[in-house]
Amino acid sequence: MDVTTVVIGAGHAGLAASHFLRERSIDHVVLERGEVANSWRRERWDSLRLLTPNWQSRLPGHRYEGADPDGYMTMGEVVDFVERFATVTAAPVRTSTTVTSVSYSGDRYDVLTSTGAFRARTVVIASGACNRPVVPAFSDAVPAAIEQFTPFDYRGPEKLPDGGVLVVGASATGVQLAAELQRSGRPVTLSVGEHTRLPRTYRGRDILWWMSTSGVWDQRYDEIDDLTRARRLPSPQLAGTADRSTLDLNTLTALGVQLVGRWAAIRDGKALFSGGLRNVFALADLKQQRLLDTFDALGVSDLPPPERFAPTTVPTASRLQLDLRSGEIRSIVWATGYRPEYDWLDVPVLDAKGRLDHDGGVLASPGLYALGLPVLRRRKSTFIHGIEDDARDVVDHLAAHLAHRP
Amino acid sequence: MTTVENGVNVQALLEARTALQGAPEAAQFTWRATSKWDHGVHSTTRVQQFFGLGAEQSHKAESVFDADHPAVFAAEDNGITPIEYLLVGLAGCLTAGVASVAQNRGIQLRSVDAVVEGKHDIRGILGADPDVRNGFNDIKVTFSIDADASKEEIEALVAQSQKRSAVFDALTNPTDVTVEVA
Ligand SMILES: Cc1cc2nc3c(=O)[nH]c(=O)nc-3n(C[C@H](O)[C@H](O)[C@H](O)COP(=O)(O)OP(=O)(O)OC[C@H]3O[C@@H](n4cnc5c(N)ncnc54)[C@H](O)[C@@H]3O)c2cc1C
Repeated sequence: MDVTTVVIGAGHAGLAASHFLRERSIDHVVLERGEVANSWRRERWDSLRLLTPNWQSRLPGHRYEGADPDGYMTMGEVVDFVERFATVTAAPVRTSTTVTSVSYSGDRYDVLTSTGAFRARTVVIASGACNRPVVPAFSDAVPAAIEQFTPFDYRGPEKLPDGGVLVVGASATGVQLAAELQRSGRPVTLSVGEHTRLPRTYRGRDILWWMSTSGVWDQRYDEIDDLTRARRLPSPQLAGTADRSTLDLNTLTALGVQLVGRWAAIRDGKALFSGGLRNVFALADLKQQRLLDTFDALGVSDLPPPERFAPTTVPTASRLQLDLRSGEIRSIVWATGYRPEYDWLDVPVLDAKGRLDHDGGVLASPGLYALGLPVLRRRKSTFIHGIEDDARDVVDHLAAHLAHRP
Repeated sequence: MTTVENGVNVQALLEARTALQGAPEAAQFTWRATSKWDHGVHSTTRVQQFFGLGAEQSHKAESVFDADHPAVFAAEDNGITPIEYLLVGLAGCLTAGVASVAQNRGIQLRSVDAVVEGKHDIRGILGADPDVRNGFNDIKVTFSIDADASKEEIEALVAQSQKRSAVFDALTNPTDVTVEVA
């Protein structure tokens, strides 16, 4: 079938692209291997809520209209929210349609799927930035008696064996799962590398209100000094909970979680952790303070005075080794990040590390675009509220491309 | 940014970073030291040649290091103990890092002093207690820095220098070490 544009993926990014394509009357289809909002349905754990507040959940022409603007959506609510957007915009989604190959033949993209083929002049890759969990290669050396989980097969604590859990990674996913598992009665050891510490609220406002008000979210990719670093930044230690409480490492220590350094290797059945814990604490504490200082410098009036937070407490005796055969650890949860998957992409646009090589979502192959990647065009690019500006810009570029090549 | 002069050619380092991003082969360095046993626990180690940027390289001059043990170990004390060389390496690396980061951030340094202390329970190496490790139990570095910067900026310098330090990484993270007989 011939179509002007194929959009791959019916998450909020693909649907936002569809919205702007429709606005410009560009005929298109949105191909989705599962259902609309598939990642939120199948790839998240049960207790997860958004870490962005309800008032911030907005898509082009579509916003949260419930009674609790300061609350955080459950997964069911996110699915409803995205699904309603698809309905309202009448997005031409083809569900249960897996893209198996995209290739370029001079002026057309051949898109092969599990249900048929498309020929398109332009393609928008909105297949998600988090298709697979990243797990370090040394996980192969974990003794077989220990059960291993990723955030994709973790649903809740009850599926894990009783006994100690080693949670690896202290970004949003890791700190949330560590807290939940510790509260379930399983003693948690959390391996902490570089991380982003943030308080849930600051001077009475949600920290994400400050991020918006200060303009940090809107910072453009071509204004950022170290873009590579910005694109690899760990997600912030935040959780969306009813009491709007902070979930930093001090909270976890108070819950009884044992902190160890970055997991560097397994040798002779022993996990070896970095002794650099103090430094990653210092880096995160300093960075948090600098960010709060920039918020204070905004001079917002009528708010409580600036707050200062205690430095991250260094454990009195941080362990450098843990014997994985001793029975102390019964399961491991790898919260070591996510990566996109492009095994279906047969256009040479990946860099040496298998990432899309793009300039603000524009790929080197003419007519090929991407959305929904970290700091694609702005700091907010991967967030729900961040897609509107990016999708508009990318579709503008796509429309100009079509106009130049009738 | 005001011009500061800490004597670090940051421009050259930044250019090298850009150039090496596209040429990972050239970034592969091999540092070398050759040692010779003298007598007792005294040995002499020489350092001059290394490999990098795809070719053999050489320091301006050869450096010679004596390693021995002190009199309290019933040795002749012809030089510092090998584990003290780790402190030398850590101090040199972190200090270089502080200077480079300061230069890059436009911070003028006036003095940078560090005290490096490694706590060592020697029952480990003596085999007196199998539960005591051979190496340092912990290392403490205390910097005293006089610079045109706030306390927070100075703390950030020190934190960043650890983040990019080869020796800090080598000491805090396990490294694969192969020792063979030729
Ligand atoms: C654990 C977690 C928590 C998050 N929390 C928040 C939050 O609180 N607030 C916030 O704003 N953002 C959050 N995000 C970030 C972001 O909003 C989500 O990752 C979101 O799912 C990204 O939307 P997307 O449309 O870019 O990708 P996805 O939602 O992943 O959509 C991509 C779609 O493409 C489909 N697809 C993939 N490959 C193919 C193929 N070959 N053929 C056909 N279809 C394909 C997938 O099935 C999927 O439906 C979170 C992310 C994660 C992982």
